[in-house]
Amino acid sequence: MSTAAIVMMVVAMVVIWGGLALAVASLLRHGAVEERAEGPRRDL
Amino acid sequence: MSTTAGRATEQPDEEERRGGFSSRRVFILAAIGSAVGLGNIWRFPYVAYENGGGAFLLPYLIALLTAGIPFLLLDYAIGHRHRGSAPLSFARLRRGTEGLGWWQVGICFVIAVYYAAVIAWALRYTFFSLDLAWGDDPEGFFFGEFLQAGDVRVTADVVPGVLVPLALVWLAVLVVMALGVQRGIGLTSLVFIPVLVLAFVALVVQALLLPGAGAGLDALFAPDWSALTSPSVWAAAFGQIFFSLSVGFGIMITYASYVRRREDMVGSGLVVGFSNSGFELLAGIGVFAALGFMAQANGQAVDEVASGGIGLAFIAFPAIISEAPAGALLGVLFFGALVIAGITSLISVIEVVISAVRDKLDTGRLTATLAVGVPAAVLSLVLFSTTSGIYVLDVVDHFVNQYGILVVALVSMLVVSWVVRALPGLGAHLNVHGRPRVGTGWRLLTSVVAPVGLAVVLVLALRDDLAARYEDYPAWLLLVLGWALVVALPLLGFLLARLPWRAGTHLDGPPPGSDPAAPLHAPATTAPTPHDRPQDEGGPR
Repeated sequence: MSTAAIVMMVVAMVVIWGGLALAVASLLRHGAVEERAEGPRRDL
Repeated sequence: MSTTAGRATEQPDEEERRGGFSSRRVFILAAIGSAVGLGNIWRFPYVAYENGGGAFLLPYLIALLTAGIPFLLLDYAIGHRHRGSAPLSFARLRRGTEGLGWWQVGICFVIAVYYAAVIAWALRYTFFSLDLAWGDDPEGFFFGEFLQAGDVRVTADVVPGVLVPLALVWLAVLVVMALGVQRGIGLTSLVFIPVLVLAFVALVVQALLLPGAGAGLDALFAPDWSALTSPSVWAAAFGQIFFSLSVGFGIMITYASYVRRREDMVGSGLVVGFSNSGFELLAGIGVFAALGFMAQANGQAVDEVASGGIGLAFIAFPAIISEAPAGALLGVLFFGALVIAGITSLISVIEVVISAVRDKLDTGRLTATLAVGVPAAVLSLVLFSTTSGIYVLDVVDHFVNQYGILVVALVSMLVVSWVVRALPGLGAHLNVHGRPRVGTGWRLLTSVVAPVGLAVVLVLALRDDLAARYEDYPAWLLLVLGWALVVALPLLGFLLARLPWRAGTHLDGPPPGSDPAAPLHAPATTAPTPHDRPQDEGGPR
């Protein structure tokens, strides 16, 4: 693989899968607040 | 002003009658299951490769963030706030827009009818992979022995090899739909989405270990920066994001209506949007690693073997499976992933129709499932288990995608933004429990950027179809199954909107008890507060 292709593959992975990880983390953090507000109905 | 068709006493039971997802996790998995479909696996890799390779990532991400996710959040807001199927949600948004919901329902019905056929092919190929049934000529096998496709004409000559798996697909889907939102759709997603991801990760690992995989990845990711000056590349990025996310034709409105009112729909939307793209990236790596192997094995360049769509799945991949070590495993993983991704998308498409029928008429889950599913299954079997099935499928798929989904999504977005001027109210609804908060940027993206992006995709598609007959099919075939169909669907939609709603249906405005800011155990009001409507006035700000 060329260097440019490797760089673009890594960038794609970091941006897209990193974005997913951030989105999940944000949802979990906010979900914890909701869980306290609503009790055991929350599961995430 | 609120309108209730019939007895208001039925209102408190509506949520229970419609059913819903038991948790946010189930909703997110179901939404991912809907978004991740055949297109993620066989469309994205080739679109990326054809449109600049690694450079395509830039317009792709811009399209995801400026059009895909904002549009997804719009669908979520409409469904979650108005707590109904697409027609009911639009009717509650503004009575005159109900036809848009039925237009979306009609499109989903058509898609379900042909989408099941492709899943049936993939199901059959999962078993063909075990003994490499296609031999040395995958293309001849697919069109000849398997589909028995002859001249381009509509026939009634049944192909049993397609009929049986197609009937099985419909049987499975009808069972899932009859079980309901949580026990059917929810549990199916809860089980199958993790299985799909694991299967595809295994496939990607196996593909990456094949000789020549690096050349395939190089072809996919090597950037051609000059491609970014081409409008068609940007249109391809917006089109890929749009078609891939299942937005704009009722699915996400319907699913969001099944989510409990105190949920973070913005955070859920971000997870769904990035999951969908994450799976596409995974698919791109797996598919091009395998294509690289095939190119090396045949002494060809990757561009000579690269393909997308049906050609990739049923011609290129069988050839790869035949030559790869442990090819049967690769085949089962690939076609099994297609089946799972297809099934979870198909149930979301058919749920749009079932949900609309249940909301409009006073029918139970099983009755609505049979009323929708049996005619859809019969049509599917009649049209697509024959020797002309692939031609009919190709034409209907092309026109329903380009001029059905695209047009209804564009019109819906413009109507919601500029005619009903509902974005401020919908944004406020998302912000009650959603993080990050949506504001002026979201309204601008939803009312201007996303519609402009879709309009460009539509204009370019129309230009191509007017310049030359699609795939050189006979004009009558394109006229009847293409243009006539896409014109008939909105007409039918606005006709269906004239039918009366079942007794007790709350119309015009969000239903009582839908306010996510209200205390959980507060008594439901019998009519929307005066704040409900004024929030919807004033245009996209």
